[in-house]
Amino acid sequence: MWQFIRDRWQDIAYSSYQHVSLVVQSIILATIIAIAIAVLVTSYRRLEPIANAISAVGLTIPSFALLGLLLPLLGIGAAPSVVLVVFYATLPILRNAVVGLQGVDRDLIESARGMGMGPATTFFRVRLPLAWPVTLAGLRVSTQMSMGVAAIAAYALGPGLGPYIFTGLTQIGGANALNYTLVGTVGIIILALILDAILLLIGRLTTSRGIRV
Amino acid sequence: MSDSATSSQGPDGSVSGAEITLTDVTKRYTRSGKPAVDGLTLNIPAGETVMFVGPSGCGKTTSLKMLNRLIEPTSGTITIDGEDIRSKDVDDLRRGIGYVIQGGSLFPHMSVADNIAVVPGLLKWKKQRIADRVDELLDLVGLEPDRYRDRYPRELSGGQQQRVGVARGLAADPPVLLMDEPFGAVDPITRQRLQDEMMSIQDELRKTIVCVTHDIDEALKLGDRILILQEGAQIAQYDTPDVILAQPAGEFVEDFVGSGSSLKLLTLTRVQELDLATQSTATIGESTKDVIERTRAAGDSSVIVLDQRRRPIEWLWLRELRSDTIPATEDPKLITIDRRATLNDALDSMLVSSHDGVIVTGRRDEYLGVTTFTTVTDHMRATEQAAAEQAAEA
Repeated sequence: MWQFIRDRWQDIAYSSYQHVSLVVQSIILATIIAIAIAVLVTSYRRLEPIANAISAVGLTIPSFALLGLLLPLLGIGAAPSVVLVVFYATLPILRNAVVGLQGVDRDLIESARGMGMGPATTFFRVRLPLAWPVTLAGLRVSTQMSMGVAAIAAYALGPGLGPYIFTGLTQIGGANALNYTLVGTVGIIILALILDAILLLIGRLTTSRGIRV
Repeated sequence: MSDSATSSQGPDGSVSGAEITLTDVTKRYTRSGKPAVDGLTLNIPAGETVMFVGPSGCGKTTSLKMLNRLIEPTSGTITIDGEDIRSKDVDDLRRGIGYVIQGGSLFPHMSVADNIAVVPGLLKWKKQRIADRVDELLDLVGLEPDRYRDRYPRELSGGQQQRVGVARGLAADPPVLLMDEPFGAVDPITRQRLQDEMMSIQDELRKTIVCVTHDIDEALKLGDRILILQEGAQIAQYDTPDVILAQPAGEFVEDFVGSGSSLKLLTLTRVQELDLATQSTATIGESTKDVIERTRAAGDSSVIVLDQRRRPIEWLWLRELRSDTIPATEDPKLITIDRRATLNDALDSMLVSSHDGVIVTGRRDEYLGVTTFTTVTDHMRATEQAAAEQAAEA
């Protein structure tokens, strides 16, 4: 096992970097999309049940199947991988962002408007900061999930640690099969834990002391 | 300091408020339904405090919110300082009108200083000017800047939050201040203190204040004029407190003001109309021996401790003085009333005071004297007698 890792150290490190990079970039994109949709949903009440339905149904679509459906449209490589991860990452963030934004006291929003904050200022200075802790909780769930989903991207020849897992599984019974699978799986778990710790830290830094629990 | 900020600190009588007029203002929420506000015409003179009172659903809050366009009237014209409020950008308009709502409605994620700095920030004031203004306002509402500036709303009591709310409303020195049930969310003693402070601030600033309340006693106490509204914001009476008590216009007002109008007179008489009793005082850091000698000579058995700015911080019995110099400990439960507090408030405060009187303060909480139960009852008896003689003559 150690020999296996030592031999492929550079490749493992590079794949890990690629894996994290895929997830982080997708999460950033997903957060922006989710918050934008959440703003729409919270401004137009009628959209809310639709958004809830989509985020519930969305999570039940097998990621493997979705990737298969994306291949004819986007080909292989990074593009379908990013779309896949962003799709799944958006849903938990969206759900929490909607809950968070709805949880903001209406009096506070009226207060902000009454003092002469425009809609955009009210959003960035009052609504978003107050909805942030809840949104961030969704973001953490999303990140954990995306680390796993990103492994599937290997089927579209995407970047990351996924190929290690699949190589191992297809060679089952072979000399290095277990090593491949374990390095891929454990690698993803370790990376997920590190990423979660970083998010926790970001949460501490970006949440006002006045609303920290 | 800025021009606008200094002008607000002018001597008594200099009005910094602006006149507000409403002409035939109507608000309908649905096309066919009854209007919430039906043809309201009103003139609010500059520098006065006008209280909107009425039963719930009478349109008082709707009327208030139309003044800063949180609710747009269906028809009619509103002007502030002669200018139609629709002629300006809505955000610019609101930045020039203070807005204070129940509980202060502070932004929980912002510190006290940041909350107060919201409107000056929107107006793009320089950093130093904002910081100076924040300290000045905290001082004005009786919160020590160094202690409270960096706290978050959840670290404050309800009354303190409300004070910060008022400071926030006054931040950019607006000529007009709108208040919606500002003291509704605090306990009676705190409410009375906040009302007193409000009056002493208004004494200094002379803003035009429009305040919605459902509490007629609050209206009688704070208002220069009171607007009593019936359903559809129909004016039942619009006049000064004395006139409303003496000559209520019709049954509705009579019912609303309530019975026991001789008791209501307690709400109209201010503590400053009484002769204040003197009481020995001491300043922080004075030698205890001198103080005790002086107090005994004056025939008192207790002494009121004042800080360097002559604000009372503690009321001690002589036997409680043990250290060599007068200590700077602040009694958080010390009850003081403003000189403009009503006799009603004074009696309320005396009931919970551990001494046989209550401390009266003036501008910026400066010590003035003490009023006792006997002074209040004597005054009441005298007034009653005068009223009875008048009635006998008539």
